[in-house]
Parts: sequence; C-alpha cells; structure tokens
Amino acid sequence: MPGYSDPGFDTLALHAGAAPDPLTGARAVPIYLTTSFVFESSDHAASLFNLERAGHVYSRISNPTNAVLEQRVAALEGGIGAIATASGQAALHLSIATLMGAGSHIVASTALYGGSQNLLHYTLRRFGIDTTFVKPGDLDGWRAAVRPETKLFFGETVGNPGLEVLDIGAVSAIAHEARVPLLVDSTLTSPWLIKPFEHGADLVYHSATKFLSGHGTVIGGIVVDGGGFDWDASGKFAELTEAYEGFHNMVFSQESSVGAFLLRARREGLRDFGACMSPHTAWLILQGIETLPLRMARHMSNTEKVVAWLAGHAFVSRVGHPLLESHASHALARRLLPRGAGSVFSFDLKGSREQGKAFIDALKVFSHLANVGDCRSLVIHPASTTHFRMSDEALAGAGITQGTIRLSIGLEDPDDLIDDLKRALRAAEKAGA
Amino acid sequence: MELTVNGHKTYCYTGGKNFNAAQPTVVFIHGVLNDHSVWGLQSRYMAHHGWNVLAVDLPGHCRSQGDAPSRVEEAADFIIALLDAAGAQRAALVGHSWGSLIALEAASRLKDRVSHLVLVGTAFPMKVSEALLNASLNEPMKALKLVNVLSSSTLAPPPSALGPGTWVYGASLALGRRVLASNTQVNVFHRGFKACDSYANGLAAIEAIICPVLFVLGAQDQMTHPKSARSLVDAAENAGKSVRVATLAVGHHQMTEAPEETLSAIRAFLKE
Repeated sequence: MPGYSDPGFDTLALHAGAAPDPLTGARAVPIYLTTSFVFESSDHAASLFNLERAGHVYSRISNPTNAVLEQRVAALEGGIGAIATASGQAALHLSIATLMGAGSHIVASTALYGGSQNLLHYTLRRFGIDTTFVKPGDLDGWRAAVRPETKLFFGETVGNPGLEVLDIGAVSAIAHEARVPLLVDSTLTSPWLIKPFEHGADLVYHSATKFLSGHGTVIGGIVVDGGGFDWDASGKFAELTEAYEGFHNMVFSQESSVGAFLLRARREGLRDFGACMSPHTAWLILQGIETLPLRMARHMSNTEKVVAWLAGHAFVSRVGHPLLESHASHALARRLLPRGAGSVFSFDLKGSREQGKAFIDALKVFSHLANVGDCRSLVIHPASTTHFRMSDEALAGAGITQGTIRLSIGLEDPDDLIDDLKRALRAAEKAGA
Repeated sequence: MELTVNGHKTYCYTGGKNFNAAQPTVVFIHGVLNDHSVWGLQSRYMAHHGWNVLAVDLPGHCRSQGDAPSRVEEAADFIIALLDAAGAQRAALVGHSWGSLIALEAASRLKDRVSHLVLVGTAFPMKVSEALLNASLNEPMKALKLVNVLSSSTLAPPPSALGPGTWVYGASLALGRRVLASNTQVNVFHRGFKACDSYANGLAAIEAIICPVLFVLGAQDQMTHPKSARSLVDAAENAGKSVRVATLAVGHHQMTEAPEETLSAIRAFLKE
C-alpha cells in the first residue's frame, strides 16, 4: 500500500492489521500480555473511557494483539471490524445478546453445530429468547417463521455435519424483508471458501479454534460486522438506535453510521459478559491465518481424494459431501462455494453401531476427538458426542443418524489417509462377521 | 440534534452534548460519500472539551433531507444557514476534502463570523479525472473501490473510530455504500465530485478570509496530494494570513488513519 487495486486475500492474510512494531522494529506481531495500559494524563483517561480518543484501556475490552487479529479477519471477510471472543460460542452469544433481550425471537437453521442448537433450544429460552428452527433450504419456512418480535436469522454456511449449504442470498433477502439481519456461522468454510457478506449476510462469526487457527492449539471466536445493515431503517433495534443509559447515553447508530453493532458489542458485551480472548490466543490464531490460503487449498484437495475413494467403497452406504451429485446441496455448492464446500463431512457405514465403534478404534492416522479444522485429520461419532443432547428428530433435522461418522480431513499425505480408512473399514466389516 | 435549515430537516452530531450558547462552536464538514461519522473521534473529543460541535450531514446525505449540493458555493450557503439555524454567531469551520472547499468558501463569506478555518486533505483546484467522474456516475461501486484504494495508505491503521479492531479500509467502503444508498434521487457520489471539479473560487476565497487557517495534509495522499494544496497555502501566506500546515504520514483518510495526530493538530490550532 498504497496501490491501485484492492489488496488480495493472500496479502491480507499476512499483512492486514499489522506493520513492523514502531518501537522495536519487530516484524512479527508482538504479544501484548498486559491487563492494562497506562494513561498519559487524567484527561487522556477520561477521553478513552468516553470514546473521544482511540486506544486501549483494559484487555477485556481491547488489546493491541487482539486488534490485529480483529482487523485481519475483518479484512479477509470484507467487513468493517471484528471482536475477538473467548470461543466461537462466546461470539454467538455476544452477537445475540447485543441485538436482543427477553421477549425476542430468532429464526434459525436446523443444520447447526450441536452447541449452537443447545444455546438456542435450551439455554436462551431460559432467558426469554425463543427460536424457531427451519430446514436451511426451506425458504417458505424461513418466511413463515417470522414473528413481530423476530430480531435475527441465523444459519451456518454449510451445516455441521451434513453440509447442507445455506442459500445466503435467498435467506438474507427474506431476513431483510423482515427488517432483521442474517448472522452466519462460517466456521467450516473460512473466508477462503466463501465470504458471506458478498452474498447478503450481515454478521459473520467463526469458531477461530478451527480453520482460522488451524493447528488445534487454542479456543477462540470472532464476530465480524459487514457494516451493511441499516439499524435505523429497520426500526426494530432500539438497542442500537436509542440513547443507552448504560454507556454515556450513547446512540450507537449516530455515533457510527455503519458500526453501531460493534460499538455496543464491545462497550457493553465485552465489558459486562467478559468473554474476551487472551492475547496469546490471538497471536496463535494469527500464526494460523498467515497460512490459511495454503492450508485451505490442501484441505480441499485432500478432501476431494478421500470423498472419491469413500464413495466407491462397498461398505459405505452414503458420503455426505456436496462434491457428489447425490448430495442435495451439490448445485448450490457449485454456485456459492466454487473452491469447495469444506473438509468436514460425514458418511454412513453399512453396519451396526458396534461396527461403527470398531471402525473408529481401528484408525491410526485419524485422531478420535471432538474438534474439526485441525491440520491433522480427525474423526468422531456425532450422535454420541457433539450432538449427544439432540433428540432423534433434531438429529434427523441435522442430517445425522446413529451410524454417521464425521471426518475432518487434514493436511497429511492423502494416500496415508486413504490407507488408514481402508484398514479401519476392513476392521469394521470383520467386527460384523 | 436535528435542525431545520432552508426548510429541511438537517442532522448534526453533537458529541452527545447539548448546544451551549456560552461556548464556542466548531462545525465539521464531511467530504464526498461521507457523513458526520468520519469525524467520530475528533468531534466527540471537542464536544467534551468546551466546544459546541455541529458535525453535519450535508443536505441529501444520510440523515439530512434536502437537495444534495451540486456546487461548492451552494453548500457554503447551506453552512451559513446552518449557523443561523443553530444560533451560532461565530464558529470554527473544519472541512475534509470536498468539505474543505465548502468550509473555505463559507469562511470567505462569513468573514469575522469564522474564528478558525481547518482544511483537511484539501487541494485547489480539486480536479477529478474524466474517467473517475464517469465511473462515479456509471459504475459507482467500482469507482468507490478505486477511491478507497487511493485514499488509503496502510493495511495496519492504529486504533481508530469505532475503537480497536476496526478495519478502516472496509469501514470506509461500507460508509460510502451507505451514503450512496441514502439518496435514491441523486447520485451524490457523482454530484459531489462534479462540485469539487468545478469549483474555481479557491484562491479568491482564501484571500477573503480573515481568520487563521490550518492545513492538515497527508504525505501519502493520492486523492489530494500535499503539493496540490500548495496554491492555497501560498495564496494565504502571500495575503498575510496566519497559516499553519500539519503534514501527517497518512493518505486521504486523515481522520481515521491518523485520528490522534489529526485531533492533536486541530485541538492545538483551535486553542490559538
């Protein structure tokens, strides 16, 4: 910079938000492990608290290392800014808590990560926030679920683990007709595969634990604002468009024409709920993002090979990846996700639940654990773990059966992954003999 | 706060403070495809340090009604009417880019009603290439991206308006889209650029002002390069005006890429 065109994705992944440290010349992003920042004077302190000057006060609210991560993810998503949180679930909670309170309503996809489904179906109901679940492809269902008190639409770019692709353009259009924003969980795709803002989403969040970090080392989340939703025109968000006694009587939408959500989320949400990210975690996620384009390309090429191999195996009854024409989202994925629909997918064994366990226990390269998006390949049985609390009906809605196995394809040599699966499938077949 | 100016509802951000007739007043005037919020930090600071702040949305922009000005002179008339509507007998005028020309023209007419004049990211003449003028009319999103690139000087701005974690590059694009969409009758992008391009009274105006003037320029500004402000600086100095020049190591997004330095320059100047 300065240049003559928008900086590209790979450049932003390395440079957005970070320059050589002006004090030391350090080229890598420094880790500012400090709780607080010294004020220059009493007036400086008051000005920082009152949002008259830019800077850091206390690391629960903001931190220089976290700010680099926030700028970088916002840049990669094409947003206006971001807030790093303690986890992906904290990012989801922060988004919801900023926009609504008791008496509000959400319309959400049925194809959600189990933890998100728990939050909406059980926990938030205890706080007076109701949710109607709709199949992601049921556009009439999204429209019909809207109530006067609806404040948010919510879905995942690709559902976990069935990979139902959310038609972000169509769903966001219905949301906007209802004068509410669309929040999208883009964890499984990362901005390398899709930028939801370009398709009409208003808010995007990630479990940064997964592909953004990419190394299975830290828990973190981040929510990004696209800056496109007009809270004043909506007329449904007094939280952002009327004076807030809890923060200097600030009218957030007047303070910033495009950034009202982020203002309140940081100044109220991080302040009061406190689910902030450690600067060390932010630094590790930044390390991951620097190679995100390289890793995602390898994730996708490995996934193509594994999906093709599994689809041709006699002991596999179904492979649920949109790469295959048999997948309900095949055509939509080709349109919205030309680089691929992710490397986390499920398949069903021909056999009993016991044979499924035998399959998992026989794997040597794949690690049996509750995570996805690691550089290492992972495997899990959703019905007994990540989606354990869901009813059979809710499981069916998410495209999961008792025999479903979920894989997260990593960066190993693809032949070794296929050998591992081959050995484990043989063990599963023998277990049924 | 909302004022009625020339019969139209006009929005002014006041930094959360009420107008106090006993205090001096400073008016912040935005540029093309911007609104009051580009002055977020500077305007809020001044409002809490003894000044009445009127950070206005120009007519036909975002929260203000009325026809978007098609000439700098027309916009200057509006600023004069705004001061009258607010009951401000005297004010400091601070303008950015197109807004700097509006402030300059208004100051030349208001004479001693203007206490200080601050021209941020200014140039005279402020010519806009034919290609960019056409693009702003026919391909506004493409033109907006180009202007944003040319206005930016870094991929790593310091903490800025909205606070840490703000991606200034994206926020500028989003604000441009919002302002453009706020007027369904007129392309305010093209109209603003035409107004900049056609303004011819800069040298006469700077000779006519009777207040001190501060230039806040961006050393890497590709929209209004510091050398393009030289004619105004020279004319002011040759006419014996009190002139200050602050050249910051930024591009055309002075208020967001260098919020502290921009505030510091304005604050020190307004104390004079």
